[in-house]
Amino acid sequence: MGSRLRALMRKEFIQMVRDRRTLAIILVMPVMQLVLFGYAINQTVDHIATVVADASKDVRSREFIQSLANTGYFTVIGDVGDAGAARRAIDEGAARVAFVIPSEFGANTLAGRLAQVQVLIDGSDPSVAQTALLTAETLARARGIELAAAGRTASSAIDLRPTVLYNPSMQSVNFMIPGLIGLVLQTQAVLLTTFAIVRERERGTFEQLIVTPIRPMELMIGKILPYVGVAFLQVGVALAVGTFWFGVPFHGSLALLLALSLLFLLGALGIGLLISTVTSNQTQGMQLAMFTILPGVLLSGFMFPREAMPGVLQAISSLIPLTYFLQVLRGTILKGVGLEALWPQALYLAVFALAICTLSVLRFRRSLT
Amino acid sequence: MPAATVEVAELTRRFGDFTAVDALTFSVHRGEVFGFLGPNGSGKTTTIRMLCGILPPSAGVAAVLGHDVVREVDAIKRQIGYMSQRFALYDELTPRENLRFYGGVYGVSGSDLPSRVTGLLDRFDLQAAADRLCGSLPGGVRQRVAFAAAAIHQPEILFLDEPTAAVDPASRRAFWDMIYDTAAGGTTVLVTTHFMDEAEYCHRLALMSRGRLIACDSPAGIKHALGAEMMEVVCDQPARALDFLVDQPWIRSATLVGTRLHVLLRQEGTAERLRATLSAAGTPPHSVAPAAPSLEDAFVALTADAAS
Ligand SMILES: Nc1ncnc2c1ncn2[C@@H]1O[C@H](COP(=O)(O)OP(=O)(O)OP(=O)(O)O)[C@@H](O)[C@H]1O
Ligand SMILES: [Mg+2]
Repeated sequence: MGSRLRALMRKEFIQMVRDRRTLAIILVMPVMQLVLFGYAINQTVDHIATVVADASKDVRSREFIQSLANTGYFTVIGDVGDAGAARRAIDEGAARVAFVIPSEFGANTLAGRLAQVQVLIDGSDPSVAQTALLTAETLARARGIELAAAGRTASSAIDLRPTVLYNPSMQSVNFMIPGLIGLVLQTQAVLLTTFAIVRERERGTFEQLIVTPIRPMELMIGKILPYVGVAFLQVGVALAVGTFWFGVPFHGSLALLLALSLLFLLGALGIGLLISTVTSNQTQGMQLAMFTILPGVLLSGFMFPREAMPGVLQAISSLIPLTYFLQVLRGTILKGVGLEALWPQALYLAVFALAICTLSVLRFRRSLT
Repeated sequence: MPAATVEVAELTRRFGDFTAVDALTFSVHRGEVFGFLGPNGSGKTTTIRMLCGILPPSAGVAAVLGHDVVREVDAIKRQIGYMSQRFALYDELTPRENLRFYGGVYGVSGSDLPSRVTGLLDRFDLQAAADRLCGSLPGGVRQRVAFAAAAIHQPEILFLDEPTAAVDPASRRAFWDMIYDTAAGGTTVLVTTHFMDEAEYCHRLALMSRGRLIACDSPAGIKHALGAEMMEVVCDQPARALDFLVDQPWIRSATLVGTRLHVLLRQEGTAERLRATLSAAGTPPHSVAPAAPSLEDAFVALTADAAS
């Protein structure tokens, strides 16, 4: 058993390094996915075109507008007059953000009452919207503290009333990178196992393996284990890139994340194995693999918030393991929560992995004859 | 009588309605080079795959080294070697790595393996190519690597499925020398081919046609068992003469061999009658002389019999 498994895994590693297609999947694809998705989101956003509609027109409102410009994030291109005009400026794309300052703003801040400012944000570009919102909020809070410190008011602050237009749920790099790790893992695990097995079928080496004393279980383990290793390496690299390059803070337990990643990986490898039992060539395998990966991208909450999906899609989404793994990733990385919060996700991943592995092992055994 | 290493009775394999192998019965003795000869699609590969436990039979029984190919396949696997019709090597591995891999898979122990591999590389004249990627090697070399890989665990029986297809004649000759070497060491070899000249090298032959076994004997025995007289005819328009002859009931078969005709006569046929018929047909023969039937003549005649 030991010698057969060792021979198989050793062979698999040699092929992994020498087969261009496999190497490209392992080395180029994750980088491409990370850069494409990560960078598209993470561009530094500043000098956001901004208009104001200042109905207060006094010292306080001018101070507020000046502080917007001082952050460096907002470039105030003009005062458009009223809320309607501000909305039009955004509709036309002249501005990304509009601050609508009501006429009582000055009086309210002076009197220590809550001063409202309405913020309109173009949400079509989530990263711009996110930056705008965060900056405006920080600013409003800072102004409030400042005002309080000056003793002019005891409890008041500027009350921002943000409205994000077009894309109400914004995603930032912090949100994106953990999701990306899940996506990369899923793609890798499915594609690599599919190829590793279908390639043998295609070239006729599979038939050769069947006549050897290798047992089906050894064959499966020998083919899958090397890719589990590779996938774990990739989790490590992706986490490192996310943390050190994109600056995503890691709050939770690494051990828990790795343990749950293993569950997720088993499910994905099982899918790959299953695909390999129904395809006879690599092109077909690629198509089928993509067919399983795409719903993950679209429906797992990676790109679009699940809350905004119609009921049917939400139901489908709740069957996709990536959906749960994303929650695990975001939960551990961003929120720092542990198993006490993530056990339902862990349970689903475990059940899915068990089911898909059982199914694929049965099918795989049958495909050997 | 030496013990049979392969024993087959009424072995049948159907794919849907189509019967690829039809009720084969034969046995193979220890140390024999046993050939399957037959045209494309005659069921050679299907038979071998059943004997190796890759494909379950639809009916009939087959025992390899005394083990049933369906129920005791695990016992068979470590004692047989199989070289499939498509050389099943890993292109990204070198011959040495391929041999090491198959050695490991067959459980050749760690310390034994390197010397075993080196020995095979020497024996199959593969030292020069040992560390180049298999994908870049010419067909003749790959085929030797595949043979070495199938023999790495010193199996009792070697199944070689068209090992010399797509290989030049000189390499084929050398390859058969290796087959003989291996058989001389006590290994039983079952080999398929559709080359008549190769079939002559086998100790015994199974002639196959459309899934049926039409003869099973030594090459000489098969030719002898024809029991018919063969005439070699030289005439001016052999193709036209052939058309005419194949319709004669007293002629068992007639084939064009180069510019000559090989005609197998039935009991009631004679050289005189052949001469007269050819003259009457307007193609008077320059010569009609008895000749020894070749394996090809036997094959053609036997397939014609089986078809009628
Ligand atoms: N898995 C299969 N499904 C359906 N038909 C098959 C299958 N395998 C073989 N056949 C058919 O069975 C017949 C015998 O095939 P087989 O490969 O055994 O012939 P062969 O004698 O090895 O021919 P060749 O010289 O071309 O290798 C062919 O008609 C082939 O199409
Ligand atoms: Mg064949």
